[in-house]
Amino acid sequence: MTTDIKDRSGQGKGLFRFSAPPVFYPLAGRLAPWFAGIAGVLTVIGLYIGFFVAPTDFQQGEVYRVIFIHVPAAWMSMFIYLIMAFWAAVGLVMNTRLSFMMTQALAPTGAIFCFLALWTGALWGKPTWGTYWVWDARLTSQLLLLFLYLGFIALTSAIEDSRRADRAGAIIALVGAINVPIIYFSVQWWNTLHQGASVSLTQAPSMATTMLWGMLVMALAAWAYTIAVALWRVRSIILERERHTDWVKAELDVQESRA
Amino acid sequence: MMEWGSWSAFWSMGGNGLFVWGSYAVTFLCVAVELVLVIRRRRDTVRRLLRLRRAAPTGTGARRTTEEIFE
Repeated sequence: MTTDIKDRSGQGKGLFRFSAPPVFYPLAGRLAPWFAGIAGVLTVIGLYIGFFVAPTDFQQGEVYRVIFIHVPAAWMSMFIYLIMAFWAAVGLVMNTRLSFMMTQALAPTGAIFCFLALWTGALWGKPTWGTYWVWDARLTSQLLLLFLYLGFIALTSAIEDSRRADRAGAIIALVGAINVPIIYFSVQWWNTLHQGASVSLTQAPSMATTMLWGMLVMALAAWAYTIAVALWRVRSIILERERHTDWVKAELDVQESRA
Repeated sequence: MMEWGSWSAFWSMGGNGLFVWGSYAVTFLCVAVELVLVIRRRRDTVRRLLRLRRAAPTGTGARRTTEEIFE
């Protein structure tokens, strides 16, 4: 199946087959709508649990319901950065073009989730802490994450030569990844106004089960959404980068006949 | 609304409606904008590549011209 495809990166075996852009491009196109659909369904379920099943919080009242976007957004902002660092490392070691394209496809979504974590956190902080913002370790390191995302996007789009852009971006992704554990553990390492983790692997969660479920379902929705959007975005990046190849020319023929 | 008693109780969120709905509204706005941008980027990419190809049809001699137009 892949014999007629000239591929400089993949080995053509097992999962490596999918690292070849001509194989991944149609696969991404087929998978993305499914993930988008899953994200939509999970969002509806998650919001229903969050607003109509989860009880009023005995301390905070109703305002805690911001949690159903705040925590998933914050988690995603950290996960996406780690995934970018992973793809950057794979790209540097294996020299796979698609890995670098994935880092660039993920960055805008990561930046959006990072912004949303900060925004919803500010709106949650005002009624509960009395302030929109404090320079504590958690909030400051999360703000740094936003700047890392924006720096990555600015740098990779400013460098014309895509190979140099890939490498420069990979360095930001890898070095910046050090910030992610700092964000996560900041509430333990320093005395922060931000509360500790509500969910941990070692202890029973410090919240009502239905609240927890609402949050987890919304987190899964955020995952599915991220995958869908990143797959759609990487398809455009692949077309741009591979525009001189025969298979993109064939794909353009298909697009032209549709237009 | 069974749990909330009334719609106005639902929208007021115990007096903190502005903060709760401000969070949700901006989130959905961001998602909507991102989806529009992703769809547009796809459309623009295909259009631009098709335009480039029309300007410089196949053949090795045309490749440099294509590159110039693209950059």
